Amino acid sequence: MLTILFDGTAYGMLLFVLACGLSVTLGLMNFINLAHGAFAMAGGYCTVVLVNRIGVPFALGLPLAFLATALLGGLCERTLYVHVYARSHLDQVLFTIGLVFMSVAATDYVMGSSQQFVRIPDALQGQFNVFGIGMGKYRLLIIVVCGVLTLALQLILTKTRFGSRLRAAVDDQRVARGLGINVGAVFGITFAFGSGLAGLGGALGAEILGLDPTFPLKYMIYFLIVVTVGGTSGIIGPFLASLLLGIGDVAGKYYVPTLGAFVIYAIMIAVLIVRPHGLFARGTAR
Amino acid sequence: MTPLAASVAQSLKRRARWSVLEIAFWVAAFASIWLLPQKHLILTETAILALFALSLDLILGYAGIISLGQAAFFGTAGYFAGLVAKYGLINDPVLALVCSGLVAAALGFVTSFLVLRGSDLTRLMVTLGVSLMLGELANRYSDITGGADGLQGVTVAPILGLFAFDMFGHTGYVYCLSVLFVCFLVARRLVYSPFGLSLRAIKGNALRSGAIGIPVNARLVAIYTLSAGFAGMAGALLTQTTAFCSLDVLSLQRSADLLLVLIIGGTGYLYGGLIGAVIYKFMQDWIATLTPQYWQFWIGLLLVVIVLVGRDRMAAWHEAARAALARFFTRALAWRRRPALGGAAPDGR
Repeated sequence: MLTILFDGTAYGMLLFVLACGLSVTLGLMNFINLAHGAFAMAGGYCTVVLVNRIGVPFALGLPLAFLATALLGGLCERTLYVHVYARSHLDQVLFTIGLVFMSVAATDYVMGSSQQFVRIPDALQGQFNVFGIGMGKYRLLIIVVCGVLTLALQLILTKTRFGSRLRAAVDDQRVARGLGINVGAVFGITFAFGSGLAGLGGALGAEILGLDPTFPLKYMIYFLIVVTVGGTSGIIGPFLASLLLGIGDVAGKYYVPTLGAFVIYAIMIAVLIVRPHGLFARGTAR
Repeated sequence: MTPLAASVAQSLKRRARWSVLEIAFWVAAFASIWLLPQKHLILTETAILALFALSLDLILGYAGIISLGQAAFFGTAGYFAGLVAKYGLINDPVLALVCSGLVAAALGFVTSFLVLRGSDLTRLMVTLGVSLMLGELANRYSDITGGADGLQGVTVAPILGLFAFDMFGHTGYVYCLSVLFVCFLVARRLVYSPFGLSLRAIKGNALRSGAIGIPVNARLVAIYTLSAGFAGMAGALLTQTTAFCSLDVLSLQRSADLLLVLIIGGTGYLYGGLIGAVIYKFMQDWIATLTPQYWQFWIGLLLVVIVLVGRDRMAAWHEAARAALARFFTRALAWRRRPALGGAAPDGR
């Protein structure tokens, strides 16, 4: 029981790091980015290449994956995404699904279709035994890293000038622009940062989630669930939603394994029927 | 009838008139039965895809509901048609087809209440979630559906007891094309009716159409149900013509491809899905022979390019091409009939 809780928490934390960039993108520009998982996959493959082929230490591979994906995200944002912000939701969905298809096929072409594994240092393998609960060291690392990241994000968002600009832009873009905030730049930076986080999540999660070319399609729905259930008005909502999702998914797969992800979809639909704008959305819907 | 009402009725009737181009389209479609007998297998798939795309066009192009879950209806009815044929519950394919459509429509009716609420994203998630849930269910109850191996042992009886399905797909093609035509007639009648106009109003602005007395939710439920029925018939056709049904009828890929088909053809004028299906199928066929493994990449690239070019610009090209074609046909016909009156026919939609 506690092991499920522990694994679920690790899983949920991972999902949060993967999805929080998406929630900000969606909240800020009202932009539906189905290709978010492609950046996570890029981060994962980047780590695989760095750690397994070049022999960079794992601890250095993670930040490098973050940087590489952030760069990639920033580049895509400036060259491709800027053209699509003002379009209808249908266009955005089509555009980003197109990107997903391209990334899946391109990864298949470059890296092959088999599943990839990141070589984890021996120090991180094995389990601790605390009060009779087996805790995987790697999962513990994930919880610690993701927990620190979440705290840092929350601090950036609430305490720094950039954070307040970002929140202002999320709340009302036009007024924020009128106050002299460069919304485009704020968005570009946030997009790059969010992609970087996704890449980091992909690198960390390669071990747990599995890494193969269909990654963006497989997990797209999970990211979207986090965002739609959590709402887009902060990072607390998505954080709680991803914990709920992680624990629910692990528990569901443990207790009713044959139903697979059915439990998760059912929960999501139920939540969306009761609260169409997410569990933790603020009162007014825009 | 007051003069105003009469003139409105007349202009509605004029809009609904069959244009030369439409007649030419269907003549060409039915001519392919005799002209392209060696292509019937792929044409069968095209006709099914066209019907499926038509169902999405009804809700996307006319009512403005973005859905990533049409595969739910397609797959449910596909399995239903396969199961009734396998266990011999309903032997006549046409009756089975209608029943499958009804089953899908019932599912559409139930789930339509889920899409009434929330924004585009919520709708997207709910429709996607429903189809994924059904996919999980079909996987779970593999003793009924055959699971990952697909539903085996489906034998479909001859249509109306007369025409047996052959391995070259001749019967199947005529059957699918006829069903497509009948469904198209229903859809066409519908969208040119006041009901169809009210749907366009809802797509334009749901709040205002509510204010002028259109029952928004009831209309959306009605069109969603009908569209689900059409999608279901497409799924049943696929099962009947291939005598097989597998889990991928419920996959996300199917719904995403469907959006692409409709976008290639253009939304909101009924022929978009049909033309898109023809282009898509033959393009897929062509790309798949070039690079069998990576055709997904080119499909993705196509989507990205379409969006970057802009759908409104593409719609303008469509319009221009259509006008040119229509002018050509009217002129050709007028010249045949009476050269002196050439160009007199106004070209209606």
